[in-house]
Amino acid sequence: MTLASGQKKDKLDRLSELAAVRDDEQGVSLWRDAFRRLRRNPAAIVGAAILLLFVLVAIVGPFLVPYDPAAQIGVQQGVVRSGAGIIPGPSSDHWLGYDHQGRDEFSRLIAGSRQTLIVGVVSTVIGLTVGVLLGGLSGAAAGLGGRWGRWVDNVLMRIVDMLLSVPSLLLAVSFAAILGPSPATVMIAVGAVSVPVFARLLRGSMIAQANRDYVLAATSLGVGRGRIAISHVVPNSLAPVIVQATLTLATAIIEVAALSFLGLGSQVLGQPEWGLMLAEAQRYLGVRPALAIYPAVAIIITAFGFTLLGEAMREALDPKLRK
Amino acid sequence: MALLDVEDLSVTFRRRGQRTVHAVDGVSFSVDAGEVVALVGESGCGKSVTSLALMGLLPRRGAQVGGSANFDGTELLALDQRSMRDIRGKDVAMIFQDPLSSLNPVIPIGIQVTEVLVRHRGMSGDAARKEAANLLDRVGIPDPRRRLKEYPHQLSGGMRQRALIAIAVACQPRLLIADEPTTALDVTIQAQILELLKELVRDSNTALIMITHDLGVVAGMCDMINVLYAGRVVESARRKELFAAPRHPYTVGLLRSIPRLDVGRGEKLTPIRGSVRDVLPWSEGCAFAPRCDRRIDASIGEPPPMVPTHTGHSYRCVNPVPVEEKA
Repeated sequence: MTLASGQKKDKLDRLSELAAVRDDEQGVSLWRDAFRRLRRNPAAIVGAAILLLFVLVAIVGPFLVPYDPAAQIGVQQGVVRSGAGIIPGPSSDHWLGYDHQGRDEFSRLIAGSRQTLIVGVVSTVIGLTVGVLLGGLSGAAAGLGGRWGRWVDNVLMRIVDMLLSVPSLLLAVSFAAILGPSPATVMIAVGAVSVPVFARLLRGSMIAQANRDYVLAATSLGVGRGRIAISHVVPNSLAPVIVQATLTLATAIIEVAALSFLGLGSQVLGQPEWGLMLAEAQRYLGVRPALAIYPAVAIIITAFGFTLLGEAMREALDPKLRK
Repeated sequence: MALLDVEDLSVTFRRRGQRTVHAVDGVSFSVDAGEVVALVGESGCGKSVTSLALMGLLPRRGAQVGGSANFDGTELLALDQRSMRDIRGKDVAMIFQDPLSSLNPVIPIGIQVTEVLVRHRGMSGDAARKEAANLLDRVGIPDPRRRLKEYPHQLSGGMRQRALIAIAVACQPRLLIADEPTTALDVTIQAQILELLKELVRDSNTALIMITHDLGVVAGMCDMINVLYAGRVVESARRKELFAAPRHPYTVGLLRSIPRLDVGRGEKLTPIRGSVRDVLPWSEGCAFAPRCDRRIDASIGEPPPMVPTHTGHSYRCVNPVPVEEKA
């Protein structure tokens, strides 16, 4: 009898242990749950791998390049005479050949990744910060605000609408034109373009959350509106914004390249930057089209990586697709 | 004097271009400390709107609240937002129907419990966490320290409702409003939750307004019962009296639509004809008349008054069900 009950107790203990393990496997939060689903998605893995490589190259690459990316080695050695249409292609010493000024193309491509990463990330962070502030304020005002809420929301959103109504590249170019060409200009311009997207997204998401039961429940406990907005509504509304940030990084990199291409970016002579390299290469398309292809491919792959990861995150965080 | 005295409460929803809706049309009832009062009725009879109006949670745009609600000397309906916020959660707290959607999905339970402690009891850090664990323990959640770190989706439905109750009773409110607290739960869990509520009310002398459509819930725990129809109280009585001698045909209809064991298997339940939408405006007679079998000429024309009896039982009917004719 005692033996039997002892065995039974053992079994119960083991069962509850199993249950506890399963409980832990279930993950703790929305984010951990999303991360788990992300790891199972091949697109996310590929995207993350591309980005990891890109970030790695951007950080350590410039220290490891075989040649100084600004040194006109080819011209000094007399190998490159672009005026005469002589730009040698790949060789064992220069993997991707020289550019039109006799600089090592491979070194420039590697060194350029850092500039691209910095400008892309900083501009996205600028857009994200301003967008979240505007959208958050607007969403809180519209969803929870009292008498003045709708008014505040209207004013903020009309400003955002004005930004949104101008084509993004045109907006960026006008910003760059006002502030004068420099990398900072490019970052601000590209960031400004993404502000309305983030603001609209967060606002919409917050208004949807403001009608949820837990907001009513928090209100019924006497929690203030400000605290409800910050600690209840915003955390529940951020997922789509974070996904959008990843996707925006891809666009930002392309836009940064476009602005550099238009000559609004870095004015430091010889500083490698993918968009600028593309711009310079177009004059020699007839001689060496590869010079345009290298930076273009680099831009495409990077943007592709961000897009893959962003889309995968969208799927992982979308509650409707959750099983 | 009662703890809460609701007098002639009315809520009207106005929308431009749409018919105005009288969701609550002159509801009066009172609740004493330690008493459990039920508001019973079908969907759309105004019971939830009544509770939201008492808590000041109706949207100010479009909803007009009239009448009075005296809570221990304070007129709830006249309070400004700031004073109302101080009362909510501290003196009057609410338990909602769906515990999953009433808890914030991305914040651990612990923070949601401590939030109200910080807000109303001025606790902070460790003290609040300790008290939160105590509260979870008190509402019967095992291993409260671990549960504090968990998210709502990791708890079962019953646990979630217990957590919600813990939050509601965190500041020892004098009045609890439970809006269908067991509707989203399994039957076995329902019984546990009701038992828990009964215990809390008994131990701390809290008044409880129980909003439900389930007469089973009412039979189990309520002292005083108010049956609502189309925004008005149609019958009000102490529990025993209402179940023993219902007078209003609507109450009788509600009681008849409960399945019973002592009725033969072949016998059908008697539903009430029509739906809540088949109402007459109270100004033109008894709102229940279109669905009523006992309708007489006097039912239509002018609103039936509330008829009091000497036992405190009152009903709003011109042709009440005789006492002998039990349901």
